[in-house]
Amino acid sequence: MAKFFAITVVIIAIASAVPIVLHTWTPPQDISTHGYMIDKQMDETMIEAGLSFLAAQLILALFIWQFAGRGKQEKIKTLPGGAKGLVIAALVLVGSEILALGVIGQKAWASVYFAPPDKDAMTIQAQAGQFAFYFRYPGPDGKFGGMHPDKIDEGNQNFFGLDPENDIDARDDVVAAELAIPVNRQVNLTLHSKDVGHSFYVRELRIQQDFVPGLDLGVHFTATKPGRYEILCTQLCGLGHYNMRAYLSVLSQEDFDKWLKERAP
Amino acid sequence: MPFRAGVVEESMSEEAAIAHHGPPTSFLRKYVFSVDHKVIGKQYFALALVAVFTGMILSWLMRFHLVWPTAPIPGLQYLSKVGAPGGIMTPEYYLSLLTMHGTLMVFFVLTNAPFAAFGNYFLPIQIGAEDMAFPRFNMMSFWVTFLAFAVLMAAFFVPDGPPISGWTAYPPLSAVGSDAGPGLGMGQNLWAVSIALFCIASLLGALNFIATTLDLRTKGMTLMRMPISCWAWFITSCIALLAFAVLLPACLLLILDRIAGTSFFIPAGLVISDRLQPHSGGSPLLWQHLFWFFGHPEVYIAILPSMGIVSHILINSMRRPLLSHKVVIGSMLAIGSLSYMVWGHHMFISGMNPFSSLVFSFPTLVITIPATILTLIWLGSLYGSKLQITTASLFALGFISMFVSGGVSGFFLAQPAIDIYLHATYFVVGHFHMVMGVASIFGIFAGTYFWFPKMSGHMLNEKLGRIHFWITFVGAYCIFMPFHYLGLVGNVRRTSSFVYDYVQPLIPVHRFITIAALCTGAAQLIFLFNLIYSRFKGAPAPDNPWNAISLEWTTPSPPPWDNFGGKHPVVYRDPYQYGVEGASSDFIMQDSPEELPGTV
Repeated sequence: MAKFFAITVVIIAIASAVPIVLHTWTPPQDISTHGYMIDKQMDETMIEAGLSFLAAQLILALFIWQFAGRGKQEKIKTLPGGAKGLVIAALVLVGSEILALGVIGQKAWASVYFAPPDKDAMTIQAQAGQFAFYFRYPGPDGKFGGMHPDKIDEGNQNFFGLDPENDIDARDDVVAAELAIPVNRQVNLTLHSKDVGHSFYVRELRIQQDFVPGLDLGVHFTATKPGRYEILCTQLCGLGHYNMRAYLSVLSQEDFDKWLKERAP
Repeated sequence: MPFRAGVVEESMSEEAAIAHHGPPTSFLRKYVFSVDHKVIGKQYFALALVAVFTGMILSWLMRFHLVWPTAPIPGLQYLSKVGAPGGIMTPEYYLSLLTMHGTLMVFFVLTNAPFAAFGNYFLPIQIGAEDMAFPRFNMMSFWVTFLAFAVLMAAFFVPDGPPISGWTAYPPLSAVGSDAGPGLGMGQNLWAVSIALFCIASLLGALNFIATTLDLRTKGMTLMRMPISCWAWFITSCIALLAFAVLLPACLLLILDRIAGTSFFIPAGLVISDRLQPHSGGSPLLWQHLFWFFGHPEVYIAILPSMGIVSHILINSMRRPLLSHKVVIGSMLAIGSLSYMVWGHHMFISGMNPFSSLVFSFPTLVITIPATILTLIWLGSLYGSKLQITTASLFALGFISMFVSGGVSGFFLAQPAIDIYLHATYFVVGHFHMVMGVASIFGIFAGTYFWFPKMSGHMLNEKLGRIHFWITFVGAYCIFMPFHYLGLVGNVRRTSSFVYDYVQPLIPVHRFITIAALCTGAAQLIFLFNLIYSRFKGAPAPDNPWNAISLEWTTPSPPPWDNFGGKHPVVYRDPYQYGVEGASSDFIMQDSPEELPGTV
């Protein structure tokens, strides 16, 4: 029974590692300027965590194989080095892993959250509501009109509660249900929630950020590959959560200008 | 050898200690409103069993719906006509089941079974006490927990069903009432009241455990002579005391937001169901901080007792002490204290100050060190041991395997940069199910197979136990390892069906998981059958079937109402005296006065 258990543990450990080694399931290709750092961080963590996983499982299997069911006459042996050796090993191995990953990892995090957006970054506002995203571009004046929650009227397509009659800034605002951005230009996206918590997740962009009601948050990124990608809501937001998505279109500058012009009010 | 006498002797006369409470006289007093810690322990165990099977069936329903969304589930329409018309689950009913599954499992199974159930039954016996410090409080703890369970289950039977906000109940979704969706009216009220009640019960229980450990140890039972399981329950109660003390007010504030019109968690200007909400000034992040200040320590409330139980059982199965008990206890204390400094890692992308994320990331990574030390001590102690394979030891060894597998994925999620990608994906689902769910449940299984003879007076059937182990061990890997792979692709969690384009190729993986879940779940019926069958027809259990050392094995199986028959055991040594050279046998009982050279 003990040997059978040891073999099972080995099989499970190897079978678990196979899809990782073969890259059967991996993140989609990164299309951002910062994503490579996250990917690198993930690869390094995978190597360290994977080796720890394999080592621990194989040692478990080995010791069970070797020491289960030993006879009454045989003596108890103690691992050379004892507890002290193991504590030192854990401190050194895990400690250095933590330092290495922790220090390198901060760079990737900092590139997303600590660096302020570039001065010429394009500002777009995203609004999440049950169960749709809307995006707003400031128009030629470069200014967003004010938002009035009491004026929100989905029937009249006034998703942001704009007041173009009295608010000159709001008149040229472009509102769309998909997020189009120009390639290779930094986008500064401000996230506003209309009702409950939502999240903005684009796998290819390596960006995920919650929409927090009452708190407008900014996140900035640069997309490097034209294409069409899914934007998902990842914060449980109610019955339609499973279907809350929009598309991100990364366009060439000309296509983007054309796209924006077509939608000008 | 001088004894450090337990406080019992110092603070009260022996008679006073024995006169704690008399034997039960009526049926009600014996089986229902009992103050006997053993009956209360069994009541907690039974409640956890009901909860775990309910939770498991909910997971079956969810897994089934995920991969066969158009196939009706026979009978489901009778549970909820609106939620499952014709037996086909609506997206909102899926979320209701998801909320109830999480709540049942985290609170009523993972907190109740390893901590409240086994702790209640064995803590007093293992330290040589005849009951808990406050037996009536103890009874109250259980019945308030039972009430919390009843209130939660009532949510199934209110018109728009259980809440759909998940077990984390993030406001404003959970705070604004039925405008935000079905289940968020009365269902969410019941949820909040249930959890508040659960907090009260857990606080009482934690105080009771702490007082019992500190005050009721028998003569000679110094703190360092307590079994590791007692240390684990003691540390867990300290964590629980602080954690539930924060969740309780959080729930009360949530209830006030819901019914009294306050705005602790709701900011101004929210438009929900075309209605401008009459709230202003609150912060949804406040709930997240309060909730996770409880929520992360809760993970350790679930896993620490299992660590203690597994250590206790492994020592017995290996016929040798662990390499160092001080290091094991120290590591558990370190995990306990660090557990309060890491809650923010649930909130890396929540919009809190990004600098905080770095601050929370560091202790999260550091907590890996005591966890690794524990694992290495278990592994290192296996070296040179005389491991005996029983169902209990198989589950204990399975625990180590699961703890490692679930633990390593924590290394990814502890790093905010990686969490940007993996947050809210199935990677997280795989991680916490493995490390907090399956590992902890393996500890519960190990404890059940080990202690059932003492609790019931009957042995569990070993053959059925082994079948149960093999299916559960392999099955759990088949279910939870692929979750990590799905997460790597970015498959997001908490969706009731797969509408996204990129998820389509992953559906076969989901199908595999569902089949594995159905089979593994079915194997739990073997366990249930074994419990019921052996309780009545199992071979009679001797007093000490495993040749174990600690005090519970000095009592008859099952122990009498006052545990030690009116006597107070005297303890001469720590409970790890296996394989001592020069001793008369392979193990020396804790209360045996045998003189040994060089032992404590």
